[in-house]
Order: sequence, then structure tokens, then C-alpha cells
Amino acid sequence: MKQDAKIRTVIVDDEDLARQIIREMLKSHAEIEIVAECANGFEAVRLVSELKPDLLFLDIQMPKLDGFEVLELIGNDIAVIFATAYDEHALRAFEVHAVDYLLKPFRAERFDAALARAKERIGKKLPASPEQLSAATREPGQYAERVVVKDGTRVHIIPVTKLDYAEAQDDYVALASQGRKHLRQQTISSLEAALDPRNFVRIHRSYLVNLERVARLEPYGKDTHIAILGDGTRLPVSRAGLGRLKQFLGEKA
Amino acid sequence: MERRAGNARPVLKLIKSLMHPILSSFRRLLLYLSGWGPLSAILLYLFASIGGLSWGRAAALALPLCLVYAFVCLSAWYSCRSIPLENSGSWLAHLTAAIVASLLWILAARGLAATLSSFASLAGLDRQIARVYPLLFGSGVLLYLLAVALHYVLLSNEAAHEAEKREVEARGLARESELKALKTQVNPHFIFNCLNSISALTSSDPATAREMCIRLAEFLRKTLGLGERAQIPLGEELDLIHAYLSVEQIRFGARLRLEENTEPGVLGFVVPPLLLQPLVENAIRHGIASLAEGGWVRLEIKNGTPQRLSITVENNFDPEAPRRRGAGIGLKNVRQRIDATYRNRARFDVRAEAGRFRVQLELPAEKAGEAPVPYSA
Repeated sequence: MKQDAKIRTVIVDDEDLARQIIREMLKSHAEIEIVAECANGFEAVRLVSELKPDLLFLDIQMPKLDGFEVLELIGNDIAVIFATAYDEHALRAFEVHAVDYLLKPFRAERFDAALARAKERIGKKLPASPEQLSAATREPGQYAERVVVKDGTRVHIIPVTKLDYAEAQDDYVALASQGRKHLRQQTISSLEAALDPRNFVRIHRSYLVNLERVARLEPYGKDTHIAILGDGTRLPVSRAGLGRLKQFLGEKA
Repeated sequence: MERRAGNARPVLKLIKSLMHPILSSFRRLLLYLSGWGPLSAILLYLFASIGGLSWGRAAALALPLCLVYAFVCLSAWYSCRSIPLENSGSWLAHLTAAIVASLLWILAARGLAATLSSFASLAGLDRQIARVYPLLFGSGVLLYLLAVALHYVLLSNEAAHEAEKREVEARGLARESELKALKTQVNPHFIFNCLNSISALTSSDPATAREMCIRLAEFLRKTLGLGERAQIPLGEELDLIHAYLSVEQIRFGARLRLEENTEPGVLGFVVPPLLLQPLVENAIRHGIASLAEGGWVRLEIKNGTPQRLSITVENNFDPEAPRRRGAGIGLKNVRQRIDATYRNRARFDVRAEAGRFRVQLELPAEKAGEAPVPYSA
């Protein structure tokens, strides 16, 4: 990073007054340049993708997307300082390697200390993996209720009830929902871990299926089967996958 | 003082436990003695027919003897109390007591006959009495055992009564602690967010910062001490809601739109404290706060069908918003408090559809005093 370059900063908070106090506290730091302010998660994802800022002040509870979902979508090359009234998210913030976690209201000294840590961090990649970012969007011990995906600057929210199946594609998973496929940077195993195992079953090394979509099973070849979904989609079922599937379908029947 | 009062209670209990249930109540004693009326008539008849005494002599003996034996039989209570019926040896102990009692009765009869025979009209009674000794002994044992049975019935009645009382007490306590546990507290995050707003306003708009401090203080002051009260007038709860909303109005500004419709005449009805405020707070936390462009909250209170209070809290919300931590806990708490306070006399209805969230409450319309105080069973 060049010495004279400014630190390009984005403030994300749905409350006007909450953004105002951060703006005010940044005023005395000439090296900071506020490039955008956003009042919700969608805007934050769009603007961060466009502007590629160095530093992000991020509230957690916001309309549309919460702070952790925003972080999951924008990736790990931005220094993030969380600012929230809730202290119970601190652990998850730590897991995604946030620079700092400011509890509202905060004093200027505390704010400056967070900023000093951020400056050290800028330019270095966050060590958080996409898996860690994804895991942090859920409260500990809970399954995901929705999955967010970014398509360019657009954000799609897929409630898990509308997710038909997921297919592994190298470093990505393709999420099939309502006739469309959405790509998300994630391994299928970590997606499997995020979803309720009572509803989603790994039927194949590369496929995870929503149990409610499975219409029937047909034998295919010597060791394998084919699962046919309500909309006619045919998915391969491995021998291990068949065992898991039978176990669940047997329980449901 | 406290200590003495505390010590007096076990002593009273002890005295009460030593007191005979029949002797301690005049009404019961009268009932018991009147039960002996027919018994003495039977004894009189037996004296006359089997003992061969004249009716006058038989009466002079039977009536006083029955009165004496009535009191002797009361002593069965003490042995009944110390020997539970389930004890295998209880019948032997009672039989021994019955034999002793009837022997004593014979002694009393002998004494009575000796005294009475000094009257000229009853001369010779002291010799005739010997003829009825077997009769006295037999009926004495029988009567005493009857008294034992009677006392066991009394004791079991008392025990059942006591158990019922304890159960009612326990139910009352359980209910009280249930209500205490459910008592809503002001959401601390609301306060933190307010303080953050004030912190922001202190430099940009000190007058509004001060105004917000004052409104927040007013709200917090109103909530103080409410937890101690079982019910408050609806007007007071509405004041609390207004104080709360006036703070949130500064925080959310134009994002928060409010619509209130309260029928005149409902303000005097009583409700459990902090019952509606959490519903309004819920509407803001999960409604307005989820909507980037802001939203509305509608509060409506009507005098519904006769003697019913109909309350509606409605708001719009973003069905796609991330679920907030604690979603549903506030509502569950309100539902449980309503159940604990009104049992089945209230209705609680929650509906979420087409981006609208509506909570509808129907409570009995009660004025202070006429409502059952929920803390007593």
C-alpha cells in the first residue's frame, strides 16, 4: 500500500444516527476516505463489489441481509470492524477474523484503537476461509434457514425450503431452486453441514437433495440408482447414498 | 418481631394438633352427644328387658352412664392419632383400650348405683346392678370400638382436607413463580441502541440528544416498580407505550410511522403490566427494523363484544428478512403470561401473511378490584 493512498471506507448501518457517529469519529483521521454509506445489506454487497473499499464498518442486525451474510458474499479481502449493540455475536465475529468488534455506544479512544488495528490489517488477506464465513452466518448449533448467493452485483436469497438440490462443481456448488441454478463458492460438504440432515440427504458424492422433492427411485446399472424429483430431474444415487436415502424414506413412511 | 411471629406459628400448630376435633368445636360436640341419644335409649331398653330393671331405674342408670361413656370414648382420638390404621397391631391396641374403658365404665356404674341407692325410691339398686355387668361390658367394648372407627374417619377427613389445602397452596405458589419468571423486562439492546443514538446526537444536535435522554428516562421510570403490580389500568400501559415509541421515533425518524386508534372508555380497564409494550416493541424490532424503506405499526384497542377488550397490534415486515435472534420469544412470553393470568378466559391470535404481521388479543374487560388477583389461588 502506498503511503499517500487514502483508506477507502464504507459504513453499513440501517440507523441514520449510528452512521453519523462513525462518520464523525472518522473526521479526525485524514487518511480515511468515506466512499459510501449503506442502510441495508443488499446495498452493502452491491457497493462493496463495485467500489472495492479497504475498510468496512458493519452493523449486524439490518434489513435484507445481516452483517454476517454480507461478509459471506463479499469475501475475505476487506478489513471489517463490526459495530453492534449485541455482544452475543462477538464469538462469530472472531471466527471470521474481523478486525474488531465495537459495542454501541463506544468512545472515541476505543474507536481509534479499532481503526489502528484495521490499518495494520489492510492489504493483508483475511485468513478466514469461505467455509468459516459461511458457518458464521448461522447461530451456533442451528441449521441454515436460507442461503444467500451473489450473481454479479445482484443478491439472491434462497430459503432452504425452496432449495431442490445442490450439485458440486469444483470449488462451487450449484443450487437448484425453482427451475434456476445459482453458483456459490462452497464445498458440498460444508453446505451439507449447514443444512438440516432431516431434510437434506447426500445421495451421491456430488449431490445433496431435498427429501421432499424426491418422487421415486429407479434402479440404474448394477450398483446405482436414479432419484427422480417431482419436476422430472434425474439425479444419480450411489450405493452409500441409497442406504442413507432408504433410512430416511423408511422413517418417513 | 419477625422472629417471635415465626416462633409462634409452630406452637399454635402444636396446640391445634393436640386439640380434639370434637371437643374443640361446640357445634361438633353437640352433634356427637346427640348421636349418643339413640344409644342411651337402646341401653335403657336393654337394662329393662335383659337386666329386669324397672323403666325408672333403668333410665336413672342408663342416661348418666351414657353421658360419662360418651366422654370416655373421646379418648380414642389420641390412640387413633398415634397408631395409624395401617399398623398391623392397631386392632389389638384398640381392643385392649376398649376392654379397659368398659371395665372403668363398670366401676363408674357401680359407684353410681351405690350413690343412687341411698334414695328411698331406688333402694337396692347397688345389688341389682351386678345383673347388668356383662351387658355393660359387652356394649362398652362395642361402643368404644365404634368410637375408634368414628375417629379414624375424622382423622382421614382431616388429612384429606390438609392435603387439599397444601395442594391449593402449592398451585398458588407455582402460578406466582410462573408469572414472576415470565415478567417481561425492558430489552437491554433497545437501551444500548438508544444510548448510541444519544451519543451520535450530542455533537450534531445537542437539544435532540437531551430530549432523547429525557424520553428514555421517562420510559424507564414508568417501567420501574411495574413488576410488583399484578395489574395496571390500560391507560397506564398506553402511557408506557407512548414513552417507548417517542424514543424509537427519534431513532428511526421517518422510517417509523404510527397509527393509533383507541376507543374512549377502555383506559380504565386493567391489564397485566408490560403486556402490550413487548408486542409494540416486537412490531418495531421485526417490522420496521427489517424494512430498509421503513414501515408502519398500527395499534387498535376496542371495547369488543360485551365485557371483552379487543387489542390489535399490526405491522408490515419483510418476509425475506433474516430471522432475528430471539424472534418469537417475546410473543411466546406474552402468550404464557396471558394463559397464567386469565387461564381460558382470553384469546391470543398471531397471523403473518402478505408482509403483514398481526397480533390480536381478546381479554376480559375488568376494572381494578373486580378482576381476580392472579397471585392468589
